[in-house]
Amino acid sequence: MPGEASSPGIMLLAYHLPNRLLGLSKQNLSLMSRTAMSLQSFGSTIRRRFLESEALRGFGLLSPTLLAMVFGLAMPLLILFTLSFWLQDYVDFIKTFSWKNYSDFFAKPIYGMILIKSIKISGVVTLATVLLAYPMAYFIAFRVQKNKLVWLILITVPFWTSYLLRVFAWKVMLGYNGVVNSGLKSIGLISEPLEFLLYNPFAVTITLAHAWAAFAILPIYVSLEKIDRSLLEAARDLGENAFMSFVRVTLPLSMPGVIAASLLVFIPTVGDYVTPSLVGGPSGIMIGNIIQSMFGKAFNWPLGAAISVMSMLTVTAMICLFLWGTHRFRRKIA
Amino acid sequence: MSDAIISFQGVSKHFGSVKAVENASFDIQRGEFFSLLGPSGCGKTTLLRMVAGFEIPSAGEIMIDGQPMSATPPNHRPVNMVFQNYAIFPHLDVRNNIAFGMRKAGLTRTELDKRIDEALELIKLPGYGKRGADELSGGQRQRVALARALIKQPKVLLLDEPLGALDKKLREQMQIELRQLQQQIGITFLFVTHDQEEALTLSDQIAVMSEGEVMEIASPGQLYESPGSRFVADFIGSMNFFEGEISASTDSAVTVQTPVLGEVKVTGSDAGVSTGQQVWVAIRPEKMQPVFSDPGESVNTAGGTMGVSAYLGDRSHFYVHLPQREDPVLVALQNLERSMTHLHKPSQPVWLQWASDAVVVLPRD
Repeated sequence: MPGEASSPGIMLLAYHLPNRLLGLSKQNLSLMSRTAMSLQSFGSTIRRRFLESEALRGFGLLSPTLLAMVFGLAMPLLILFTLSFWLQDYVDFIKTFSWKNYSDFFAKPIYGMILIKSIKISGVVTLATVLLAYPMAYFIAFRVQKNKLVWLILITVPFWTSYLLRVFAWKVMLGYNGVVNSGLKSIGLISEPLEFLLYNPFAVTITLAHAWAAFAILPIYVSLEKIDRSLLEAARDLGENAFMSFVRVTLPLSMPGVIAASLLVFIPTVGDYVTPSLVGGPSGIMIGNIIQSMFGKAFNWPLGAAISVMSMLTVTAMICLFLWGTHRFRRKIA
Repeated sequence: MSDAIISFQGVSKHFGSVKAVENASFDIQRGEFFSLLGPSGCGKTTLLRMVAGFEIPSAGEIMIDGQPMSATPPNHRPVNMVFQNYAIFPHLDVRNNIAFGMRKAGLTRTELDKRIDEALELIKLPGYGKRGADELSGGQRQRVALARALIKQPKVLLLDEPLGALDKKLREQMQIELRQLQQQIGITFLFVTHDQEEALTLSDQIAVMSEGEVMEIASPGQLYESPGSRFVADFIGSMNFFEGEISASTDSAVTVQTPVLGEVKVTGSDAGVSTGQQVWVAIRPEKMQPVFSDPGESVNTAGGTMGVSAYLGDRSHFYVHLPQREDPVLVALQNLERSMTHLHKPSQPVWLQWASDAVVVLPRD
């Protein structure tokens, strides 16, 4: 658009022209007042530049977050990355470049196994959470007519207490003499308490899936809520039944919400160490527990850093794979 | 000779205490361009949605091609709809939008591609197949919605105010295209609109609706020239109404005594009135001729003074004040010459004249 491109130039010219004329006609102005004037005009030029430039204003709005991200995320990550190439010598670091931590990571199969197990557990948690959250989000988006806000607030109710309390609540539920076992016993379905409920990957999965449900429901709800209802009527009108209308219209249009929900659940749960250490038992141990012990009892920060980096790289790879897969899925069902 | 494709048999629809449609009974003939016309909230869209199957009648039955439809879900009805906002699937390109309803048609890939190409040709958008829904203008979206419905070869195409979102020029162009398309393919169109001009332009038959009831069903010409009720006369176009009483009536002509217009002779009006009956005398603005010197007649003539005027380009509107009448009478005149300044003089004495067959007589309660 030539009109748009030229108008700032014209505005600048219109702004500077009177100043120039002023400067020419009053040559006997003292140096000081002229300096003051040019300073003033410099200030307003800056202000004008700032108002004209989308990018500058954008950076202005971003800067608080940007600062927090640089100092709170990028710098620690950089330190962690550097640390992963150092070595631990009792309480000191050997600050020379070394691949040893990474070769240790690949030499001892335990780390890789636990990383894979963590990803498996998180994958199952993500799948379970999204599958359970979708009907809930669907219900609120399509079936609840009024007071949707009440429903959304109800979903966040578990977050009104501490996360630890919720994990302990699951301990109470799943424990040897817990709610589930005593309940089943009292109605006579079992004679001895079930032992497979607690202190294993199953308990970790249930606890995590419950804890992260709201993070899956909300993005799916938003993407469902945005779908124009006439699109679903159009699908019915064009000969599809309710189920196929869902598959061909609702599902693909809600995929952004499903993807967001999956990432929001998968990424944090891979690195979780509180839940596995409380309800996971020896078999439910996850990569977060290993990293935590490296920075704690085992006291090998560089190795911990290397495991963290490996974990991060694996998660990144998984996400890329997931995004590629969902993209293909969307194109296929469409 | 009745060949009804859609038959409404005492159809009503109530939403709680709101009566959206009340006892609609009429037929739509095969191959017709049929319009449902009425102000917003008159129940025309509800009626259309009942044909599509998105609403189930509270009472009565809708027959499509002789089959009762109450128990048939939308996906099994032989009708397709063009939605008001077009409802183009945003995750699909134009081709896949048009192909959406053809999944179960049992066509091979090549056959389907051929049909889609034909459809794109029909809506004059060849080469647009790979465009996304967000890369289309309003008029193009409307065409894609049309093609998507027409490729299913429905017995009736339902159109829910499809031209409402387009600007005036494009709307007029689409009206002509729609009419041509309907005549070309010969499918029955059931068209919902609140725009009376649009309904007059497009339709073979128009059903005028008000507050859930069908007021009158007639051809555009009949509706405009001999409306059956004051509501229809008022809703379609502009109309001047005058109170009167029948003083004499024969088979071919009636005479009406009116306080404002004096004696009015009417021919060719089939209102079926009898002497002594209270009636409305209704005259269209363009059917009154202003004269600026006393014509010396008393029948079908009324004298008054010129009020304000409005210039509309092709015609001008004048408001003429008549004695014993509060509201001015609207007179429309074609601007046949470029200079019409002599008409634009307020307070000038003016006489209005009209032909006896230009007047409509309507019963008055």
